[in-house]
Amino acid sequence: MSQPINNRSITETYENKDVVLDVKGLRVYYETPKGDVLAVDGIDFKLYEGETLGLVGESGCGKSTAAMGILQLITPPGRIVSGEVWLDSSNLLAMSEEELRQRRWTKLALIPQGAMNSLNPTMRISAQIRDVIETHEGRKRGDDIKERILELFKMVGLPGRIYDMYPHELSGGMKQRVCIAMAIALDPMVIIADESTSALDVVVQRVVAQTMLRVKEALGVSMIMIGHDMGLMAQMVNRIAVMYAGHIVEIAGVEELFYKPGHPYSQLLIESVPSLTERKPLKITEGITHDPRNPPPGCIFQLRCPFVMDECRSVEPPIVEIRPHQQVACHLYKEQEDGSVIDVRDIATNP
Amino acid sequence: MSETLLQIRNATKVYKQGKNDVVALQDFNLTIAKEPASIVTIAGESGSGKSTIANLVLGFIELTSGEILFEGRDVSQGTANEMREYRRNVQAVFQDPFGVYNPYYRVQHVFDLVVKNFKMANNKNQSREMIEEALNVVGLYGEDVLRKYPHQLSGGQRQRIMMARAYMVKPKLIVADEPVSMVDASLRASILDVMMRLKEESNISFLYITHDLSTAYQIGDKIMLLYQGTVSETGVATDVIDTPKHPYVQLLVDSVPKPDPNIRWEGEIILPPEEEMRTTAKAGCRFYPRCPQRMDHCKNNLPPLYTVGDRGHEASCYLYDEEVMAKA
Repeated sequence: MSQPINNRSITETYENKDVVLDVKGLRVYYETPKGDVLAVDGIDFKLYEGETLGLVGESGCGKSTAAMGILQLITPPGRIVSGEVWLDSSNLLAMSEEELRQRRWTKLALIPQGAMNSLNPTMRISAQIRDVIETHEGRKRGDDIKERILELFKMVGLPGRIYDMYPHELSGGMKQRVCIAMAIALDPMVIIADESTSALDVVVQRVVAQTMLRVKEALGVSMIMIGHDMGLMAQMVNRIAVMYAGHIVEIAGVEELFYKPGHPYSQLLIESVPSLTERKPLKITEGITHDPRNPPPGCIFQLRCPFVMDECRSVEPPIVEIRPHQQVACHLYKEQEDGSVIDVRDIATNP
Repeated sequence: MSETLLQIRNATKVYKQGKNDVVALQDFNLTIAKEPASIVTIAGESGSGKSTIANLVLGFIELTSGEILFEGRDVSQGTANEMREYRRNVQAVFQDPFGVYNPYYRVQHVFDLVVKNFKMANNKNQSREMIEEALNVVGLYGEDVLRKYPHQLSGGQRQRIMMARAYMVKPKLIVADEPVSMVDASLRASILDVMMRLKEESNISFLYITHDLSTAYQIGDKIMLLYQGTVSETGVATDVIDTPKHPYVQLLVDSVPKPDPNIRWEGEIILPPEEEMRTTAKAGCRFYPRCPQRMDHCKNNLPPLYTVGDRGHEASCYLYDEEVMAKA
């Protein structure tokens, strides 16, 4: 971290692949009597074919709102203020409700937060999955649909005997896998998983997470995983976008982010993961400190940043690629004319 | 032996459920010494009985058999005055930092109630000083915190205020039932830090109930891992997690996702069918249906705790019984 950072010749593994989802300048605000809460305030990112992108940050940072914005599932008092979401060469934000309906599940599927409570308690498991398939593909013969559902069960490691069961007869981990089966039923291009394993016991969480990895691998689907468990992220994703108070402050490959986090907030996130192998002093931090209706001018993280400078209080930091696969929005990193990037802390210490 | 603060002896709790009684806790033993104060972790998955222990100690539910002694006296036999004293000595912090507050009242109200219920202050000045001190201990300052409504605080701050409330009555033991699991990962440290400091500076012991091994590893002294109402392994937290001996604990430690992209899970686990996992069995090792190293002997015999390491490291598994192993 103390050497100047330069050279960016290596091409990213995923940057050669096709972009399946392109989010540009997405803004989602919630209306309150005292002004709008800027929940998502202009985020940009690309999702490449076959990759899993982690979206992390503390509660209230806007990560779930961002996902709901992409899916066009924002309900009042929330509203999408601006932005574009390109999927399969069309902009979701410019579509009619009917056009969107056709694309949900078939192109873009969601495994919701607390997925286990999102199943209908009065319908059999098979009927719920059948519903998803038939809504999009029309009525099917009973035998065909059964075969297809059993095939889906097999993919997510569920036994066939749950076909005629109701949700309450299944454990949390099994319900979670039913939701995964539903999400992949129509072979979507993108799956968004919102905290989809956070309510499960450790061992069951591992089983569900490994199921997701296996399914993703088998189908080659792209995935956005939302969560705050950094350990789980390290296991599951290829790249990570770190969100703070409605902004993406860093996007990096999972190794870059864990070994050389660039943004001071990412560093803090990594340091605050409790270790299972060594006892170390606890890293204490406060939550988001500013009023989300009135973010300070300049850098969004300035009030909590240990390296805050005058510049941070007035100028919003641009996104700088500090090394291959790693983009950071922070004034600590300055791009030079020759394209290299220096860390201003190095200049300050060795003039 | 030093004096004991809390002692639980052969505690069993059975929930009647028609023909299928659920044994939530079976012959559980635990001792917390008076000096020095310590953080004892009870860990396990949902349904392991860990919250049952918290509820028993706090007196929310009654034991089916066994006894709980506080400073040598049976808690269930206490007079009204003794119970009052017990309730002061044993405080609680719960999981949900949103649900414990009445949203209509300012934070001040939480403290006022404590002062009133325990008749702690003679006048307003004294009461204000006490509240101020308690807030400082958890790292919160100033009058403005007291004037805020719960929704204006973060989950971490709310849990710290609960710690301050508990601290104010100068308890000897705090039962903390999943105090950090609903708080953001990056804010958990502030609560754990308060627990550490209350232990070291104010000599308050903790019964720390959690499903998260990594926080137990960071702050816990002794740990007890429960599986379906029985203790599977116990010892010094770092010893148990560094070198787990029980097959269940090995699986558990191995399943915690490592925050390092180059250390991935190895191998897949196959969970047995639901019916077999939700056992209501009263005989045999509870982990038998899932155990990769099970033996016939485990099916009908409940293993006792065997010494498997230093500093009181014990595991209840027949793999550590020489006689059983010789036969197998």
